[in-house]
Amino acid sequence: MHADRLRLVEVEEVVRESPSIYTIRYRDDRPALPGQFVMVWLPGVNEVPMSLSYTGEDKGFTFRPVGETTKALAALEPGAPLGIRGIFGNSFKLTTGSALIVGGGTGIASIIAAVEPFSSKARVHAALGARTADELFFEKRVEESGAVLHVATDDGSRGHHGLVTDVVRKLLESGGIGQVIACGPERMLRGTAVLGREFGIPGQYSVERFMKCGIGICDACSLDGRLVCNDGPVFDGDFLLDSEDFGRYRLAPDGRRVTV
Amino acid sequence: MSVPDTGTAVGTLKFRNPLLLASGILGESAASMVRVYNSGAAGVVTKSIGSESRPGYRNPTVFEFGSGMLNAMGLPNPGIVDFGEVVRKTRASGVPTIASIFGSSPAEFAALAASMQEYGADAVELNLSCPHVEGFGAEIGSTPAMVGEVVKTVRDSVSLPIWAKMTPNVSDVAALAGAAEDAGADAIVAINTVKGMAISAKLRMPVLSHSVGGMSGRAVKYVGLRSVYEISGRCGLPVVGVGGISCGEDVAEYLMAGASAVQVGTAVSEGGPGVFGRIAGELSSFMSSEGFSSIREMVGIARR
Repeated sequence: MHADRLRLVEVEEVVRESPSIYTIRYRDDRPALPGQFVMVWLPGVNEVPMSLSYTGEDKGFTFRPVGETTKALAALEPGAPLGIRGIFGNSFKLTTGSALIVGGGTGIASIIAAVEPFSSKARVHAALGARTADELFFEKRVEESGAVLHVATDDGSRGHHGLVTDVVRKLLESGGIGQVIACGPERMLRGTAVLGREFGIPGQYSVERFMKCGIGICDACSLDGRLVCNDGPVFDGDFLLDSEDFGRYRLAPDGRRVTV
Repeated sequence: MSVPDTGTAVGTLKFRNPLLLASGILGESAASMVRVYNSGAAGVVTKSIGSESRPGYRNPTVFEFGSGMLNAMGLPNPGIVDFGEVVRKTRASGVPTIASIFGSSPAEFAALAASMQEYGADAVELNLSCPHVEGFGAEIGSTPAMVGEVVKTVRDSVSLPIWAKMTPNVSDVAALAGAAEDAGADAIVAINTVKGMAISAKLRMPVLSHSVGGMSGRAVKYVGLRSVYEISGRCGLPVVGVGGISCGEDVAEYLMAGASAVQVGTAVSEGGPGVFGRIAGELSSFMSSEGFSSIREMVGIARR
């Protein structure tokens, strides 16, 4: 059985990172690596996977309130109980002296945990993308880490007016990047992986799927037979680009294979 | 000494070793089932499939404890129409595929079995034993009369082998198996999960969203062994043992209790699909060191 079984924690703080982005902080001394996630149980509501945006003892996860569960999480007060399972999943790895780390939308929550430690050991470019400036967050954490910050918004309200993959292309064209790390919407992730392959740069991409068990048995998060919860969430770019499902299919909660 | 032969058979179905994937574990996508087979399993049992799609219960749907886990997934499945592609693909990859089905009436079971036969499944496993969904599973399969009626109706509509999966949450599991045998089943599968629940003392509430679930893993092995032992003593059909198997010696125990094959589920959460290769290797080593050259020599030896 997994060592990281269900335990109760208290919400320490609910932080509003931007008009539409929230972070919940809680204490947990279990070691976690960048890119790993936990299953967060809000009693009486639901249990959902959350990437850790803070991996130290003062842990945290960051989200946009879109559904019933995330809205209820955003409304919590300090002291509220949460159930936590995990630390689950594999992690981002620094393999070169210069990394391009890309976060799209709430995917920024996952990559920030890599930007900070990797920036102290390597030259890091961090490209953040969002639909609009109100949905951007953690720019300050990027700057304080020493990484070079690049920003793109779909509506041009901050940084490059357009897709973050435009920024990725430019940076890859200018050379000197040894590896790509990314998390974000699947279309952006696929776009980034395609660029990575085009320029011959190895990539680690964190994929999101609907998850139930988190421990590799229910098959809900299967991506071509790899389980996002246990084998992922970080996958090699070549595996993803050669798979049938990446950027195309996911399993719905009832197990039907539907388009992403 | 020569390498022992781990091949076995359940009725007319032959398997390269006694290890099958248990229903409900990684049995929703063809790619996962093919991976399980390539990792050392001899065959797979699919997730339980019903007439209509069901999303299943809300999370939490699983709760792990020291020697096992509880789950109440709520029979999530894409429905029999959509699942055809999954069975066909799995089968086309050469994986012996047993299709698990659940219904609320004998006629519904029969219709589902007929579809699975058309898709090319090697056998159907009747889920007469899920402990956590009202109107299905154990609620259909807890009396010999009901088990007999379902099996007979399915028998009248399909020719492929019928495996009847038993609930341990009854006083006489062997009587259920006897009814399945009399009605024309080809094999008995035992056991499904043991009905249970987890409560958070601090939160003063059940953990699983459905409150009640099914217990699996190491903690239930001894219930499974006892059930297989009682069933194989009462009925002449091949038995497939399930419950808490996580190493080669566990498999040997089930074989000795009377099983011809086994299913592994919860152990997949510990080492991924690779557990099948590991357990198969351990079984082979056990056979070598104990002087068994075939599976058949072990089946039922504890009751002779």
